[in-house]
Amino acid sequence: MPSGSQFVKAMRLGVATAALTASVGMAQDAIKIGVLEDQSGDFAAATMVKVNAITLAAEEINAAGGIGGRPIELVVYDTQSDNTRYQEFMRRVLQSDQVDVVFAGFSSASREAYRPIVNQFDGLAFYNNQYEGGVCDANMIVTGAVPEQQFSTLIPWMMEKYGKNVYTLAADYNFGQISAEWVRQIVEENGGTMVGEEFIPLGVSQFGQSIQNIQAAKPGFVVTLLVGAAQASYYEQAAAANVNLPMASSVNVGQGYEHKRFTPPSLKDMYVTTNFIEEVDTPAAKAFVEKFRARFPDEPYINQEAANSYIAMNLYKLMVERAGSTDHAALRAEIAKGDVCFDGPSGKVCLDPKSQHMSHTIFLAKVEADHSISFPTVWENIAPYWLGEAGCDLTKNDPSAQYTPSSPPPQE
Amino acid sequence: MLSTMFSFLFQFGDAFAFLVIASMGLAIIFGMMGVINLAHGEFIMCGAYTTVSLAQMGLPLPLAILGGSLVAGVIGMVLERTIIRHLYHRPLDSIVATWGLSMIATQGVLIVLGSTMQGVGTPLGSFTVGGFSYSTYRVVLMGIAVLLLVGLYLLFYHTRAGVIARATIQLPRMAQATGVDTGKVYTLTFGLGAALAGLAGGLYAPTMTLVPTMGATFMVESFVTVVIGGGDIFLGAAPAAAILAVIRSGMTAWQGQLFGQIGLLITVIIVIRLLPGGLSGWILGGRK
Repeated sequence: MPSGSQFVKAMRLGVATAALTASVGMAQDAIKIGVLEDQSGDFAAATMVKVNAITLAAEEINAAGGIGGRPIELVVYDTQSDNTRYQEFMRRVLQSDQVDVVFAGFSSASREAYRPIVNQFDGLAFYNNQYEGGVCDANMIVTGAVPEQQFSTLIPWMMEKYGKNVYTLAADYNFGQISAEWVRQIVEENGGTMVGEEFIPLGVSQFGQSIQNIQAAKPGFVVTLLVGAAQASYYEQAAAANVNLPMASSVNVGQGYEHKRFTPPSLKDMYVTTNFIEEVDTPAAKAFVEKFRARFPDEPYINQEAANSYIAMNLYKLMVERAGSTDHAALRAEIAKGDVCFDGPSGKVCLDPKSQHMSHTIFLAKVEADHSISFPTVWENIAPYWLGEAGCDLTKNDPSAQYTPSSPPPQE
Repeated sequence: MLSTMFSFLFQFGDAFAFLVIASMGLAIIFGMMGVINLAHGEFIMCGAYTTVSLAQMGLPLPLAILGGSLVAGVIGMVLERTIIRHLYHRPLDSIVATWGLSMIATQGVLIVLGSTMQGVGTPLGSFTVGGFSYSTYRVVLMGIAVLLLVGLYLLFYHTRAGVIARATIQLPRMAQATGVDTGKVYTLTFGLGAALAGLAGGLYAPTMTLVPTMGATFMVESFVTVVIGGGDIFLGAAPAAAILAVIRSGMTAWQGQLFGQIGLLITVIIVIRLLPGGLSGWILGGRK
C-alpha cells in the first residue's frame, strides 16, 4: 500500500513532539527515540497500542526529569504493516533524524527487513515483540518472549492435558515456519506425534479446507500460530463448523485480543503463553492497566507488546543513566554486567548479556467459554537461555545472524 | 467414502460460493462496464461494517445484510455521479482516483472506528456428515451464490431494464439516440455493482475479522474470476467460478492453502495466454 496515512502520522508526530517538548523547554539536548510501528494496515489492531505505551512511558520519564536530566523526544512514523516502509523509515530515523535508539517492528518479516539497515548504520534497535527467537545481533535488544519461554512451557503442558497428537496451523513466513519447527521439536522430545502441519499464506481468510484437514487428522489440540487480521477469521469459522478442539498459541489473545473481537465461544479453550495481558491479576499489572487507561481511555486492549514497549523504554532509561551516555558500546557494557533489570507491569525482568534478550514470567492464559480469561499456571522468571546455550555470546562477538534449532550457531 | 465425497463437494461449494459472491460486483463494474475501480474492496468493507453495526443495533441478520448492501449501493451511486463518471474514458486517471478513494475509505474507517470491530458470530450452528462437522451458514452461502447468478441473469436478459443497461454499455450513442438516459443507466449499473460488493461484505461479515483492510482479502479471488470469465458475467463468471473452485479446493486439499492460491494464479496465466477474451469471449467466439 502507498503512504495513505501521512496525515495521521504527521498529526501524531506533531502532537507527540509538542506535548513532550513543551513541558521541558528546549529540546536541544533531547534524547531522540525513533518509533516505527504499524498504525495502519493488516497488523494495526495489535500494534497501535505500542505507540501509546511508548508515549506513556516517555511522558512519565519526562515528567520525572527525563533520562539523566535529558528529555525524551519521540520521532514516530507509521510503517503501515509494510516491510518496505520499515526499510525507508529505518534509514530516515538513523540518517536524517539521527535518533539515539529505535523501537521498531511487529512481524518478524519486518524485523528482518530493517535489521540489516540497523547493522549498516550501527544503530541500536529495541524489538518489543514476542517472536520465533534466535536473533544474535549486538545492534538489537529484544524484550519480547521467545520459544524457550513460550513453547517449552506451553506444549508439554498441553500434551499432558490433551494428549500427544498435535496439529500446527501456522502463518507461512519466517515467524510461522520457525515457530512450527520449535513446536515439532518439542513435541518429538516429549514423545508426541505431529498429525498435521499446515502453513497459511498471510492474508488468507477462508479456512474451510484447513478445518476439514484438522478434523481428518484428529489431533488432541491445535497449535494456532496465525498472524494478521485476515487469518484471525479462522477461529470464527472453526467454531461455526463446531471443530471444538483446544488450541495453543504463542501469538493469539496476547497480541490481537481475539477473545475481545470475536463472539463467544469461538475462542473457548484457547491456551496462550504470554508475559502480559490486561487480565493478569498482579498488583503491578493492575497498576499499569489503570494508568494506561487513565491516559488512553479509548484503548481497545492493553496487550503483551504494550507492556514490553513500556518496559523497553524504562530499560533504556536505566542503561543510559548507568552508562552516563547514549553511546551503544557503553550501553552494551552495562548489559554485559548482567544486572540490567526492571520491575514493571509483568514483574521483574532482566536482560541476558549473551543474547540481549529478556527474562520473563510467563502466564498461561486460558480463554473460557464466555471469553473471560483464567490463568491455570504461571512459570516464574524464565531466562531466554537457548541462544546462549547454543553458542551465541554477544559479549564476545557479533554474528548479526538469526539461528534456529535446525541451523544453530556454528560450533567452534 | 460417502463422507469424503460430501467433504469434497462441500469444499467445492464453499469455494464456488466465495468466488461468485466476491466477484459479482466486480463483474458488473469491471467486467461489464469496463471501469477499473481499485476501491472495490472498500465497498465490500462498507457492506460488512454496515451489516455488523445494524445487527448490533438489534436488526435481524438478513435485514442487516440487505442494509449493508443498500448503503454500499447508495455510496456507489454517489461516487459514480461525482467522480467515476468523469473518468470513463481515462483508465489511468480512474486507477489513481479510485486508489485514492480506497485509501481515504480504509484510513477514514481506521481513524473514526478504530482498528477493529467486534463481530456478530456465525448464525445457524453446524451439522455433521461422517466424521466431519460443517457450518450450516456455509450451505446457505452456496444457495445464495446460485440465486445471485440466476437473479442477475434474469435481470439482465429478461427485463427491459437489463436490456437497456446492456445496450447502454455496448453502444452508448445508439442507446442515447433511442431516448435512453445513459447517464442514469450508468449510475444505476454502477450502484448495482457496488451494492453486490456490499452484499458480499455483509454475507461474509459474520465469518470474518472486521478490520478496515478486510476488502483486500476478497480482491485476488474476485479479479481472478472476472478476468477468467471475460466480459460477459453469466457466460463467463459462473463457469470461471466453477473451474476455479475445483482447482482451488482440489489443490488446497492436496497440498494446503499455499498451493490453492498458486493453482488459482497459474490458471489465470494459462487462461489469459490461451483465451485473451476470457471464457465468455471463447464461448461467444465459438458461436460465430
